[in-house]
Amino acid sequence: MTPLLEVANLSIAFGGLRAVDDVSFEVRPGQIVSVIGPNGAGKTTLFNMISGLYRPTQGSVRLVGADVTSAEPHLLARRGLARTFQNLQVFPSMTLLENVMVGHHLQEAGATLPDLFGLPSSRRKTRATAESALSLLARVGLEKAAFREALTMSYGALKRLEIARALALRPKILLLDEPAAGCNAVETEEIDQLITEIASSGVAILLVEHDMKLVMKISSHIIALDHGRKIAEGNPGDVAANPDVIAAYLGQKGQEQVLHADG
Amino acid sequence: MRLKPKHISLLVLFVLIVMAPLFFPSGFYYRVGALIFINAIAVTGLVILIGYAGQISLGHAGFVGIGAYSCALAPVHLGISPVFAIALGAALSAGLAWIVGRPILKLHGYYLGVATLGLGILISMVLANEAQWTGGPDGIAVPDLGLRGLLRDWGFRVSAGELWYWLAGAVLIAGAWLALNLFDSPTGRALRALHGSDVAARTMGIDVPRHKLHAFVISAVYASVSGSLLALMNRLVTPDVAGFMHSVHLVTMTVLGGVGSVLGAIFGATILTALPQVLTVFHQYEHMVLGLVMILVMIFMPDGLLPSLLKRFRGRAGK
Repeated sequence: MTPLLEVANLSIAFGGLRAVDDVSFEVRPGQIVSVIGPNGAGKTTLFNMISGLYRPTQGSVRLVGADVTSAEPHLLARRGLARTFQNLQVFPSMTLLENVMVGHHLQEAGATLPDLFGLPSSRRKTRATAESALSLLARVGLEKAAFREALTMSYGALKRLEIARALALRPKILLLDEPAAGCNAVETEEIDQLITEIASSGVAILLVEHDMKLVMKISSHIIALDHGRKIAEGNPGDVAANPDVIAAYLGQKGQEQVLHADG
Repeated sequence: MRLKPKHISLLVLFVLIVMAPLFFPSGFYYRVGALIFINAIAVTGLVILIGYAGQISLGHAGFVGIGAYSCALAPVHLGISPVFAIALGAALSAGLAWIVGRPILKLHGYYLGVATLGLGILISMVLANEAQWTGGPDGIAVPDLGLRGLLRDWGFRVSAGELWYWLAGAVLIAGAWLALNLFDSPTGRALRALHGSDVAARTMGIDVPRHKLHAFVISAVYASVSGSLLALMNRLVTPDVAGFMHSVHLVTMTVLGGVGSVLGAIFGATILTALPQVLTVFHQYEHMVLGLVMILVMIFMPDGLLPSLLKRFRGRAGK
């Protein structure tokens, strides 16, 4: 199968700091590829470049075969890319239902005038969108809170809201930035199932997550970053055993301790 | 069928407009009412721009001026009827908003405020300085809409105050209807989304610049129609309608009443238009009292008067 997302030699510099340095990888349909690394390794920066929020200084991003490097985020959405945010980006004064309805924008948006005059075509779209949004909320377990404003909800609930909203785009590629952050064990289990389910429907998933148990369990492929560079990649077992990865996470001393403990 | 919030708002507005004259002690109040509705029309447009889309404009009186002067000048120079002059003013305002909106809506926050401020000042300066066309600072007479004469021919005798009360009231209801339609539509949701999170809106596929521009153009048309009605009612227009103070006045009405809600903003327009008429008793303290009211509302009711009052009322009812 051809990859849905191809990242080649991607780099970005902020002043003298190379936040992401020459990173390449690809994600195929149904694959869950995880990006791991300590805080500040460049994971979110990488996401922001892929989703068009930052312009890379070098390298390219290809989506479903087309070069989309530095394309506007709304055009990437049109090509099938959706994402969630590490530091929540919900629409606070809209209800949960409306938040997910916004995710249907590309399916429902037409001309402004019919919306202004409340023409039947516009009202029909709103009804259909509301139905679809409600079933997506049910999928992440939030249907009971559909008519509550987002700002009244807990962090964990809003994380799931963002997944529902991203799914509303019917994406081919889904970027999840720490979906399990702030979730308890039960909620993490639910998110684990949800992600696996989405992937098995043929969506390519790129995941950033700090919960290593979750990452090791669901990833088909892992990329480890440190100081913006790719230090390892492969299947979960290989990456977990990679000495560079252990060093990045635990520091040189920690690595020695781990090695001694093994010996 | 259950009543939607949209229908309740329109019903409340309709009942208030129809019932209010029953409490008028004199015919003078029809004029005050008409003035309230005319301001409320411009303010409803600002609800779409500021309340829905979260974009500030401190220059919308410029579009009020374009609408007003269109009704003064077009009938004389182009020989069209005042009704078409309203449409011409709206088209001119929309066109200008379209051209100017593209570059300035890239700005955020204070910078957008200053840019729109400049636009408003520019328009009011043109109106004040091109005296051979606009009559300069003294203003210019506006032709008669001709509606009263028409009604008289049909056997209805109404005072000018009554006529403008009902006419402006009808236009306001139509304007509120459009704004409420927009609220719960794909475009309205896109506007409110880019207000809530610009970044998330873009990743949802929303063309943010395009939607901001549409909100700007729509609100310019509201302001323009408001200006046209004001000019036709007063039969005189001066550059003050396009001035900075009028822009600030309109934004204050929008924020004071409740920026996200159409009914709230109309409430704000009512208070800020009617209060000065009532406060004339206080004479030179009028502006002080007005300023005090605004400060207190913003401190104690940051959501605006109507939403805050509703919330408090609901909270009490729930207990």
